[in-house]
Amino acid sequence: MSTIRIVNGTVYDPINNINGEIKDICIEDGRIVESVPEDASRIDAQGMVIMPGGVDIHCHIAGPKVNAARKLMPEDHRHDPHPGTSITRSGSGGIVPSTFATGYRYATLGYTTAMEAAVPPIGAKHTLEELHDTPVIDKGYYLLLGNNIFLQQLIKEKRHEELQQAVAWWVNVTHAYTVKLVNPGSDELWKGKRNSNISNIDETNDDISPRQVIESFVTTVNDLGFPHPVHIHCNNLGHSGNYKTTLETMRTAGDKRIHIAHIQFHSYGGEEGKNPTSKAAEIIEYVNQHPNITCDIGQVMFGKATIMTADAPLAYVLRGFTKNKWVNVDTECESGCGIVPFTYQEHVYTHTLQWAIGLEMFLLSQDPWRIILSTDHPNGGSFMNYPKLIRLLMDSSYRKEEMGRVNQKAIATSALNDLDREYTLNEIAIITRAGPARALGLNNKGHLGPGADADITIYDEMENKEMMFNAPRYVIKSGVPIISNHEFIRDYTGRLLHISPEYDVAVEETIRPFFEDFYSIEFDNYAVNDSYLHDNEVIPTGAASS
Amino acid sequence: MSENIKTVKNATCTFCGCVCDDMELTVDMDKHIITKAKKACIIGRSWFAEHTIDETRPVAMIDGQEVSVEAATEESAQVLTKAKFPIIYGLSDTTCEAQGQAVAIADYMRGTIDSTSSVCHGPTGMAFQGVGESTMTLGEVKNRADLVIFWGCNPAEAHPRLFTRYAVTTKGMFIPKGKKDRTVVQVDVRKTASSPVSNISIRLKPGKDFEMIWALRSLIKGKNIDPSIEEETGVSLEALQDLAERMKNCRYGVIFFGMGLTMTRGRHFNTGALFSLVTDLNEYTHFVVKPARGHGNVAGIDQVTTWHTGYPFGVNFSLGYPRFNPGEFTTVDTLASGAADAALFVASDPASNFPKAAIEQMKRIPVITLDPKQTITSSLAHVAFTTSTYGINTTGTVYRMDDVPITLRKVYDSPFPSDVELLTAIKERVQELMLSKLAATGAIGEAKVASRAS
Repeated sequence: MSTIRIVNGTVYDPINNINGEIKDICIEDGRIVESVPEDASRIDAQGMVIMPGGVDIHCHIAGPKVNAARKLMPEDHRHDPHPGTSITRSGSGGIVPSTFATGYRYATLGYTTAMEAAVPPIGAKHTLEELHDTPVIDKGYYLLLGNNIFLQQLIKEKRHEELQQAVAWWVNVTHAYTVKLVNPGSDELWKGKRNSNISNIDETNDDISPRQVIESFVTTVNDLGFPHPVHIHCNNLGHSGNYKTTLETMRTAGDKRIHIAHIQFHSYGGEEGKNPTSKAAEIIEYVNQHPNITCDIGQVMFGKATIMTADAPLAYVLRGFTKNKWVNVDTECESGCGIVPFTYQEHVYTHTLQWAIGLEMFLLSQDPWRIILSTDHPNGGSFMNYPKLIRLLMDSSYRKEEMGRVNQKAIATSALNDLDREYTLNEIAIITRAGPARALGLNNKGHLGPGADADITIYDEMENKEMMFNAPRYVIKSGVPIISNHEFIRDYTGRLLHISPEYDVAVEETIRPFFEDFYSIEFDNYAVNDSYLHDNEVIPTGAASS
Repeated sequence: MSENIKTVKNATCTFCGCVCDDMELTVDMDKHIITKAKKACIIGRSWFAEHTIDETRPVAMIDGQEVSVEAATEESAQVLTKAKFPIIYGLSDTTCEAQGQAVAIADYMRGTIDSTSSVCHGPTGMAFQGVGESTMTLGEVKNRADLVIFWGCNPAEAHPRLFTRYAVTTKGMFIPKGKKDRTVVQVDVRKTASSPVSNISIRLKPGKDFEMIWALRSLIKGKNIDPSIEEETGVSLEALQDLAERMKNCRYGVIFFGMGLTMTRGRHFNTGALFSLVTDLNEYTHFVVKPARGHGNVAGIDQVTTWHTGYPFGVNFSLGYPRFNPGEFTTVDTLASGAADAALFVASDPASNFPKAAIEQMKRIPVITLDPKQTITSSLAHVAFTTSTYGINTTGTVYRMDDVPITLRKVYDSPFPSDVELLTAIKERVQELMLSKLAATGAIGEAKVASRAS
């Protein structure tokens, strides 16, 4: 493989404490190395900013619900075609792009890794097929286990050892990256009790409460030593007053590691059924004080979005507002999902408040390593909004200008007027690269030290940060130049990132009878074989993450 | 009987959209025949019993003459890249891996891709795009459904194990007594083999599905319906009121429907109305709906085409990106209008069932077929490949009618290549030919051709 030396660029590599230094970056065999021979090919990055490739810790880009949303919206693809080139595939864009367009578009923002955040185990094969057809980026996915009926039985019966083995089995046979909980404990109310929902973390249904589910999974995943902890979508998403649930969820974890997903959607004050208020300060204060917690923001961006979530009751509530087309899918014994096309509008109080709360949280964050940039694509808006979001964080006069365009009543109730903070390039490198890589336990990503994956983005340094982050001049994936002078010069298939926790095979015989009684596919046809892995990398579990 | 007998457990039957994966097959490995298919339904037993391999059949033919696979691959790629409006069609009886290669060919050659969905549940896909759908995996029906409605479909003859394995007699988590815990309703224009299963049979006049669905929507919302509805639909107001009440008061209701809705007057209006009815019902209870899909992997081709292009069927790439327009890019239309000037048919026999104008066009243009058997379409083909059979001779992924992916188990080897091997080879050659074609016309620089080659 060829060697490359990038010269004259200004490097931002927070993991290695490099903050805007001019420094050579050397690449050999897909990795960063100390030096390469003189005859290595050179990229002159004079006047440019070099960062590790971006890492998206929470997005929805592949699998059953994503594909249902794609199929649902021909009107949205139609206005945003993604033409092929002589070397890349064509596709459709819009708020839920085709797999090929998704991979290429992440690359055009300088992102080289993305994690699909919610997949029911029975949809694992589907998700892996789509991820394989998502080019350029490395990718993985989180496995929905929080409403798994079999595992809830083990929790109810306090069979902790078997729970741990069963969780390890499930993650192993589906080649997932970690465990995801979505509105834990709610599915039975939705599917079995006339579309109702959980209202309280301690509400008991069928002898189990969300708190018990959260506690059990936090402990189990910690004991198993997954590189990324339990990834939690708390109960009561979107409801006024839900910040109490979010605080209780975080308290339930004690000092054990957890990741709170799209925390903005869980930071609302006010009374249920009435307009929300901002509780950004309370929530972010708790996160600031608790180093065991990481979160991503789930920033709302004005314009088109699509609600797609395993939180089926939430999607139904939103459908009641929009009266728009609605998809619900019940997944046997495991999960469900809801999909609603949605538009965030500047003049709407709640939408503006959501936008403001996300920004407040970024600006009140004391530890950028743990408060990560996301829009919960496509729930808060497309990942294609990231450059604009970066500008909102880096440029306070631009932010003030934007604040002038939106619902003023909502702005007045937020603290946004008092926050003048501007993110630095180094902090942006943390919240988009180094932070998510560290939170994921991806030791070879998010930095440019020797041994790291040579996933590198080179931006022209510009005053307008939206323009700058919208169009990297070079993108290098695993040492291979993909974009050069803003043009795709190669197609590339990224690899699957997954874990393979060990488990005691005896647990299969514990799980098997449940399958025979209640699933509609055979237990022996459930595990995902290696043909779905293609290029893959197993991230170690166990002691490494403790 | 030979000594060389093998048993394959948990094998998959790909005949219909149920894709039952609990087959126990007994295989005579010398004779290459499946002698017993335990747990298979009557259709499944025929599917396995009739699957034999005719080794005398050439693996590839051009104009009826046996040729090498390489020669037939080259000719296929030449035909497709020389055409102005090449089409690909079929694909509902092959693996997702093969389907993905077919979509890639369509993309690279800037052609059109479509599947058998366009002549069965295409209107269901269009209704989905219009209003969405509340749906489920089949295990939810097994575990929860206390009201099961079959509308314009006949599972007893088309999906026999839908009754026994997934939806009616089977016992589930909250349905411990199976059929005794469920109310089964049939809505159809005639008595069918499925009628004896139902507790309530509703006969409506042909072509009046939309009217009946709309009346139910009104009743569910508490509006009054004139008794003349009976004259219109053939169903009494009392029967409609009774059904509406049952729908609102069940705990978990499901409607399975078939081509009685999608291929009769109204098409996607019928299915759209049905989806809207089910959405309305979710104000009162939990309700879902599911098209009873026919072919073993017809759900898969919808999924694969959607993740590649954003659209489920009827997709054209002639502008260099996918466009969707049923009625223009669907296969009956591209053939009958005379637009299609070359066709690749995969695992499908359109010459046996398409309208006459479409078949006439097939006879005028170069046709390429991939099929395990000789068919009417393969008989008129310019290039005909004989392939191995998915789920018997090849592994791969298929999607059940409820979009649950299942990995096929290979039962025994075939001397014939698989669809995915052939389509991959054709794709690679098409891509090469298109690159040199584009380079020759100056559409792309030499540098890019070179970079691809390195």
